[in-house]
Amino acid sequence: MSFLRLERLEKTYADGTRAVQGIDFAAEQGELVVLLGPSGCGKTTTLRMIAGLEIATGGVISLGGRDITRFRPSQRDIGMVFQFYALYPHLRVRDNIAFPLRAAGLAAAEIENRVQVVAAQMGLERLLALYPKQLSGGDQQKVSLARAIVRRPAVFLMDEPLGTLDADQRLAMRELIRAEQLASKVTTIYVTHDQEEAMSLADRIVVMSQGRIRQVGTPAEVYDQPADLFVAMFVGSPGMNFIRCQVVSRNGKPQLLSEQGQVSFDVPFELAARAPTTPSALLGIRCEHVHEDPSGAIVGRVLTEEYLGSARIVHVDTPCGRLLVRAGAGSARALRSELRLRLDAAQLSVFDGATEARL
Amino acid sequence: MRSATAHEALVAAQSATPFLTARGISRHFGKTQALEGIDLEVGADELLVVLGPTGAGKTTLLRTIAGLERPDTGTLSMGGRDVTGLDPASRDVALVFQNFSLYPRWTVRKNLEFPLRAPGRKLPEAEIRRRIEWAAQLLSITRHLERDASRLSGGEMQRVAIGRAIVRRPRLFLMDEPLTNLDAKLREALRVELVQLRRQLATPMVFVTHDQAEALSMADRIVVLSEGRVLQAGTPREIYERPVSPVVALQLGQPAINLLRVRCEDGHWLSADRTPLLRAEARGPAERILGIRPEHIALDGDDGASEGVVRIVEYIGPSTTLVIDWAGERVHVVVPRQATLRPGDRVRPRIAAAHALLFAPEARAGALHLAANVLAGRESPCRPDPSCASQPPTKEMP
Repeated sequence: MSFLRLERLEKTYADGTRAVQGIDFAAEQGELVVLLGPSGCGKTTTLRMIAGLEIATGGVISLGGRDITRFRPSQRDIGMVFQFYALYPHLRVRDNIAFPLRAAGLAAAEIENRVQVVAAQMGLERLLALYPKQLSGGDQQKVSLARAIVRRPAVFLMDEPLGTLDADQRLAMRELIRAEQLASKVTTIYVTHDQEEAMSLADRIVVMSQGRIRQVGTPAEVYDQPADLFVAMFVGSPGMNFIRCQVVSRNGKPQLLSEQGQVSFDVPFELAARAPTTPSALLGIRCEHVHEDPSGAIVGRVLTEEYLGSARIVHVDTPCGRLLVRAGAGSARALRSELRLRLDAAQLSVFDGATEARL
Repeated sequence: MRSATAHEALVAAQSATPFLTARGISRHFGKTQALEGIDLEVGADELLVVLGPTGAGKTTLLRTIAGLERPDTGTLSMGGRDVTGLDPASRDVALVFQNFSLYPRWTVRKNLEFPLRAPGRKLPEAEIRRRIEWAAQLLSITRHLERDASRLSGGEMQRVAIGRAIVRRPRLFLMDEPLTNLDAKLREALRVELVQLRRQLATPMVFVTHDQAEALSMADRIVVLSEGRVLQAGTPREIYERPVSPVVALQLGQPAINLLRVRCEDGHWLSADRTPLLRAEARGPAERILGIRPEHIALDGDDGASEGVVRIVEYIGPSTTLVIDWAGERVHVVVPRQATLRPGDRVRPRIAAAHALLFAPEARAGALHLAANVLAGRESPCRPDPSCASQPPTKEMP
């Protein structure tokens, strides 16, 4: 029995907008599930329905086996974290952390007890009497997380909590959230549009688009075996390379022939069995599986290059379209220089040309 | 070996005759010194990124170049001519902001026409139409030309804002964090588009950002700004591989460079808990800050090497980021993707000596708070001391 379960959940607004169109997923106790998708995909609406801030127009939400679909927010034992706002500068660390408990009207002894517990857990005991400006940046972040989690509900909901932070702060906060979540084992549903954030935090990722779930899986599953074209493009930085192909037969073996440039690719045996619904298919490959190789079948020219410090993404113009290649940091390629590419056959994904679903 | 691309070589050749030269630019607001003695040059076909945290003075610098701010002291020249006293309109530069600042009820076409219909321009109608078609095509917004700006997505709006800058055919583009308000995915795509567009136009650009990935991937050269001063200027590769200080080193790379306080004893650099990290050629008691990027720590230390404990495993596509408690420190390590390590596992990290950077622990005013977050009260910022590097930091890994 899953801890938090969404079944055929729907949200249709009065104006007819179908924000969430019947989604199913479940989170196990202690799991961190990330809802990932572009703006307007329905991820925040889903979160708000779990919180009780929106009422579902269809389907069931259950928590620990109880149907909570119609419960008020306050009856759900669910804590919502919107963003890690700046600390109140005029309050000591202790009072910053206690703030949400006071707002909820808890007894003083209970508040003191909970603040002590969370401070001990996060190593903040010695800082409780200080003011925010006396803390290092890292400690300020810890305090803001402590303030967010001090309520200890059964489920945490986080809606783009790192949105307003600078990049380096985001990274530190991400690690802090992960470490705390691993330690406290509070089931957490986390919403973001940032695929890297999703990959680094999630036990499992729910990829959403246009009110529907495209895929549910571990970061590795979503990255390696994207369920469809959308997931393949949205997950990964950069997204997957694609080559549009025709399915042809050569010597009795199925092959993919690129529509542009007529480059042919062998299809892995097991994929050949799953015939697409149309004679067209999309070949997908991640940039780290495209290799520069003097004996490679694809000849291309360097269009531009993105230096990333530890690696480079080389954009190559080829007869079958633009391909991105991940290369080591070592040496830069001259623009417009020619090179040959080989696709790692073991790492190919093939998608149905019409339905765009993985074959 | 380091090798330059043709484009880098071209840029190097042109830097002999830069388009823009700033000398000794200072500007203060009340008691705040926003810019202090800024020297910089922008080549005639160069994309210069000004990188720095919030409050570094990036926007003030950009506004000074645009003529929207007057420097207290210093000179600016463009195309060999002193422009320090010129008003913004006479400088012929185009500025693009973070918030798109379009007229929402105007069509895209009307928004694009606006700068061309400015008083005094008097362009023929046919020329205006031609330029708009040209810009719209370059930016793939032709099909939106007759739409109201308010009906566009964020990415489309920023394309229009860029379009409004390019239709003028200015001599210099100035961009103030133009991609910051966009979704991560879109930012990635526009990054590349902007670089290619600029190359096509062969017009110099100054691009301001606090995003290290934008700086690394887009820049021909980067100027690192902090508290109104230039800390370092160079190609992305130079600054990434050979930062002049821990403060600069922290500005580029994600996860950030590891900074460890080390002391020299018995031919080794030892961590604070006396773990030997690296062979040292320096003699006698010496203290340094050791900088090592996460991708330059391997997990293949020999049996005698000290153990670390894996705390966090972050799976991010082609690589895996590990947070490891080791040598009395918490270090970040990026390894090629692997699926076996779990929190709690023991590993033996090894620092790639060829990539180790050693900085002298010498306090330098003006950068304290930046390093404070990461160094967490351990050390003040410092400057490099190449004489005590165990090996030159320019060598590539085998």
